[in-house]
Parts: sequence; C-alpha cells; structure tokens
Amino acid sequence: MDEIDRNIINSLQDGFPLTPTPFADAAKALGIEEDDLIRRLQALRADNVLTRFGPLYNAEAMGGGLTLAAMAVPEDRFEKVAEIVNTFPEVAHNYAREHALNMWFVVATERPEEVAEVLEAISAGTGLEVYDMPKQEEFSLSLRFEA
Amino acid sequence: MELSAKDLSLVRRLSDGLPLSEHPYAELGAPLGMAEDEVIARLKAMIEAGLIRRFGVVVRHRELGFRANAMVVWNVPEEQVSEVGRQMAGAEGVTLCYRRPRRPGRWDYTLFCMVHGRDRAQVEALVAQIALRFPYEHKLLFSSRRFKQQGAIYGKVA
Repeated sequence: MDEIDRNIINSLQDGFPLTPTPFADAAKALGIEEDDLIRRLQALRADNVLTRFGPLYNAEAMGGGLTLAAMAVPEDRFEKVAEIVNTFPEVAHNYAREHALNMWFVVATERPEEVAEVLEAISAGTGLEVYDMPKQEEFSLSLRFEA
Repeated sequence: MELSAKDLSLVRRLSDGLPLSEHPYAELGAPLGMAEDEVIARLKAMIEAGLIRRFGVVVRHRELGFRANAMVVWNVPEEQVSEVGRQMAGAEGVTLCYRRPRRPGRWDYTLFCMVHGRDRAQVEALVAQIALRFPYEHKLLFSSRRFKQQGAIYGKVA
C-alpha cells in the first residue's frame, strides 16, 4: 500500500460520485487516471483491505432488524460454538472478547421480528443463553479509518 | 421513503458492491431494466433518506493496521446516559457510541463505545483519557479474534 492507496482509502469512505462516470470523476479529484484507480481498488479488494466498494446500509431505515448479542461460551466449546453462530447468514460480525460474556456478534435481519427468531435459533443450536443488547440510542456515526 | 420492488432489486445487486468499471451505474441497472440516470436518482434518494449511511470504500480496519479494538462499556446511570453519550461520541478514538440495556445480575453497563487503535497500548491510553473526563466504572473488552466481518444482506425478498 503506497501513498496513493492511502489517499484513496481516506477520501473515498463516503461521498462517492453519483455521476455516469464516477471512477473517472473520483480519479480526477485524486489526481490519478481512471484505470489506475480501478486497478488499485481491485488490488485492495483482493488483499482484503476493502470488504467491498459500495453502500453501507442503515439496517433500521431499510426496515430491517439489528442487534448486538453476547454469550458466555465455555472455553473448550468456543470453536464449535463460533462455527454454529457463523453459519447464520444474519450474523454480520462475530468477535471473541475478553470477559465472562466472551462472544459478541451483530445480527442483522430483513424484518425486525426476525431478530428474536435468530437469537432463539442460536440459543437452541448452542444450548447457551443469548443476551440481546439492542441499541436504545445512538450518539455517533463516524466509523472512518485513517490509512 | 418507500422502497419499490425495483429499489429492492437494486439494493440486492449492490450488496456485493459496485462494479469496478467505467459506467458502474449503467452496468448495475441493465439486468434490472433500469437506465443509468434512474439508478443514480434512486441511489441519491436512498442516501438522502438515510437508507444508505455512506457510499464508498468499506474497509477492514485490521488490514489497515488498526489491530486493536476494544468495546468499552460504561456503567452510567440511566438518567445521565444520553448526555454522557453525546459528549463521549466526540472523544478522540471513539468511532461508535450507543446506549444499550442493563441486564441485572449479569451486565451493568449502559453505554458502549468502540475505540480503535494501532495496538492495545494506544487503545488503553485513549480510554484513560476518556475516563478522566467521564469517571464512570468501565471495562475494556478487547477483541481477541474476529470470526466474521461481512456486510448485512438486504433485499433478498424483492
């Protein structure tokens, strides 16, 4: 990753042009050629620096359901339980964290009522209690990273 | 804003990302029978309506060198959470800040924020700074492993 890649990441996290030739327009603003920008984005995606290029949807505004859930998973079952949890397509993120509640995952569903169904299915599939910790209020949304 | 069946197909086609090509919006719309300007207009409407929060590169923070992330949870009394949350959201290192429910006997924390840093020491230093301003009992839950990071899937049922 060089200076130009870093520039691309820092300036294209939001506000991608909604014009007929957005890559050409974005490239111009970055002072590079369109095909160079496209090649670099392909490489960043291949290297897994980018998960994708496109929209970050707002789950609630899309009419979907979203929650954060936690479980206390016995250490010796951790891998197996993670495998079960991750098979659910509604599980978007799953992190092991250092606490008695040691597995934390985000569940995103198309309809709000599906959240409870998914959590129940995870609980049934793992035999563990699932703590639902839905967002009650949101204070920020500047999830940006400097490269 | 009401999403039409066409909008939902567009949302679904876009969940894998925008084609990296000269005319991505035209390419996106073609199989849906949508012209380029129609695709652009619908995406603009979705951004204005807040259905799309951001439109651009979606990064994996670990691969960018943000190797440490802690979910920092704070035991803030209910009546103070809103005010503290609003202030904490602007603190250095805080990327997300939410109020979530207590689980009596199991979980005492009402305010959650994410703090990302290049390493654990940097995250700890950032949190120590925040705690000087907001002296509530708190815990840092570092992530020891990431099992999954993907975008949510929408528009499956059009």
